[in-house]
Amino acid sequence: MAIVVLKDKCKGCKLCVKACPFEAIDMDGKLAVINEKCTSCKQCVATCKFDAIEDTDAGKEEEVVDLTAYKHVWVYAEQRAGKLMNVALELIGEGRRLAREISDETKVYAVLVGDKVDQLASECFAYGADGVYLLENDLLKIYNTDGYTKVLTDSIRQYKPEIVIFGATYIGRDLAPRVAARLNTGLTADCTRLDVKVSSYIDYANKNTTLDTSDLDPNSTETGLKQTRPAFGGNLMATIICPRTRPQMSTVRPGVMTKIDRIEGATGEIINAPVELAASDIHVEIVDVVKSAKEIVSLSDAEIICSGGRGLGDPSGFDLIREFAAKVGGVVGSSRAAVDAGWIDHSHQVGQTGTTVKPKIYFACGISGAIQHLAGMQTSDIIVAINKDPDAPIFEVADFGIVGDLYKVIPEIIAEWDKAEELYSESLHHTA
Amino acid sequence: MAFKIIVCAKQVPDTNEIKIDPVTKTLKREGVPAILNHDDANALEEALRIKDKYPDTHITVITMGPPQAKDMLMECIAMGADEGVLSSDRALGGSDTWATSNALAATVRKVAEKNGGYDLIFAGRQAIDGDTAQVGPQMAEKLGLPQITYVKEFEIADDMKTITVKRALEDGYQILKIKTPCMLTAIKELNTPRYMSIGGIYEATQKEIPTYSAADLGVDPDKEVGLLASPTNVYRSFTPAPKGKGVMIEAETEKEQADKLLVGLKSKFVI
Repeated sequence: MAIVVLKDKCKGCKLCVKACPFEAIDMDGKLAVINEKCTSCKQCVATCKFDAIEDTDAGKEEEVVDLTAYKHVWVYAEQRAGKLMNVALELIGEGRRLAREISDETKVYAVLVGDKVDQLASECFAYGADGVYLLENDLLKIYNTDGYTKVLTDSIRQYKPEIVIFGATYIGRDLAPRVAARLNTGLTADCTRLDVKVSSYIDYANKNTTLDTSDLDPNSTETGLKQTRPAFGGNLMATIICPRTRPQMSTVRPGVMTKIDRIEGATGEIINAPVELAASDIHVEIVDVVKSAKEIVSLSDAEIICSGGRGLGDPSGFDLIREFAAKVGGVVGSSRAAVDAGWIDHSHQVGQTGTTVKPKIYFACGISGAIQHLAGMQTSDIIVAINKDPDAPIFEVADFGIVGDLYKVIPEIIAEWDKAEELYSESLHHTA
Repeated sequence: MAFKIIVCAKQVPDTNEIKIDPVTKTLKREGVPAILNHDDANALEEALRIKDKYPDTHITVITMGPPQAKDMLMECIAMGADEGVLSSDRALGGSDTWATSNALAATVRKVAEKNGGYDLIFAGRQAIDGDTAQVGPQMAEKLGLPQITYVKEFEIADDMKTITVKRALEDGYQILKIKTPCMLTAIKELNTPRYMSIGGIYEATQKEIPTYSAADLGVDPDKEVGLLASPTNVYRSFTPAPKGKGVMIEAETEKEQADKLLVGLKSKFVI
């Protein structure tokens, strides 16, 4: 522990003993002594009136980091109960793309943390990993913040990766900030686009954004990580860099990056990283892990999504949306407004604060199209908007717009759905 | 001894109300209401429920922001918090999540010094303007505290030492036990925040809200807080390009609209 009491300055006033949240200071006569319960919270440093307590780590991380000492791209390959999360495979594909853009020597490594997770390595290789780090310990069987943070931070310090990316899952977003804070490096949340080459960034920006890229040099050899993410509820996009510290860290939104095609029988290097972990390092007790029995909504994998919004008028409107979804083989989604109104569970929410989706067809029913909603669905292949307000912003992104009463239009779509083929050939006949 | 809770809150623009200026392609901030961040209201509500059950509980709401963030702290007091503390300084401006967590951890230490420690820090999972969900865990790290994020159910034992929570996952939840002192972050499912009370509003007008500068907090603007100390910087920012406008389906009847739509979907090979 890096908290020390300066013997010549300590007056034995016990203010620090009172202030310590962890009972980590004992008195030895007139001298305060830090014991093993200390977590370096620095409450005592702030409390001491005599400047008698110091944090010897202060300023230590401020040393100029030798950026060139950091190499390769790491993907935190999140697994739950021995199964890899889909986002881990997406990120291995993305990490591979970034590594190849940095240099021919740069590799992408999957980092597997858990207990007896070595059998997942072959899956990581099949989806493009050059190597796999195994961080195994029986205390890591189920995700816990303290244990996972410690072993991952220790490995990053030892092996010095240049980039570390995590899926922006409920677990990735618990773990990554803790690791980044311990390493005193930057972390960018919930990214939807990553680039290293300036030329790739320019291509992306020119195709998809309003950004003026004329001041960017496409021949630049700079390969810092450019991390693009929505902010202000998707009203603004920001590209974030981490120029002075390493590793560069991001969490990436699930469903946004693309897996590579599976390479059967692919193999690579496996590194068993040293893991030092004791039960006393872990401060949260896991009583139970419960799989939810509620209706499974896999919005991110759905090919067709039927979403309802405030325009439904009341919660029973979702009965029609469910009927619609059942007919077309889709999944029920919703806008934030409908969730906020308590009409449907948050797990159905599409948008900046919900799930990002890119189905083949997105039906927006009674959804006005707040920017925060558009941020989560506008990359859908085809967007169909049904709304009674002809000025609703949703029509700006819709491929097909219908101005009308959704309670009249949707039943007709349901009734006609099976005749689509017939109607289409008829229409061809007409034109011919 | 009283149970001491520190609630972290942020005053945010209501992102549902934000519009883009069609000409300049920038955010139109004028007239956008500033509100108490939703998840933070859930954190405060849970703290207030502890106080309802154990009246000997003391709740301090802390925030970092411009001077007008005092209005939000007054709202928190009007809901039932005992006091509000504002950390405000130009030197704190431009802080990323790492630098913000340094400033807020220093604010916690300052409050703890004044009130004789703390037992629980409760924050919202994320703010609706940045949506990072990073500041809670990063503060916990700076304070050496164990954390549980995404808390959707909360229970504290009568000994006021052991907390049991349900922590949300995409596909279910975990039941976790943690000892005080600790840091928790709240999600919407945790509770429904109460309204301000008339008595509370009166009380809020009577209370002084102390403001701490970077110097008061003892944080170094070159190394710990503010734009220059932040490890991340904005490289570029822009508005997303709108997708090209599609076809409006015009027809006499709903049936005709439906038929034309289905023909359109067929022609795009999506059905």
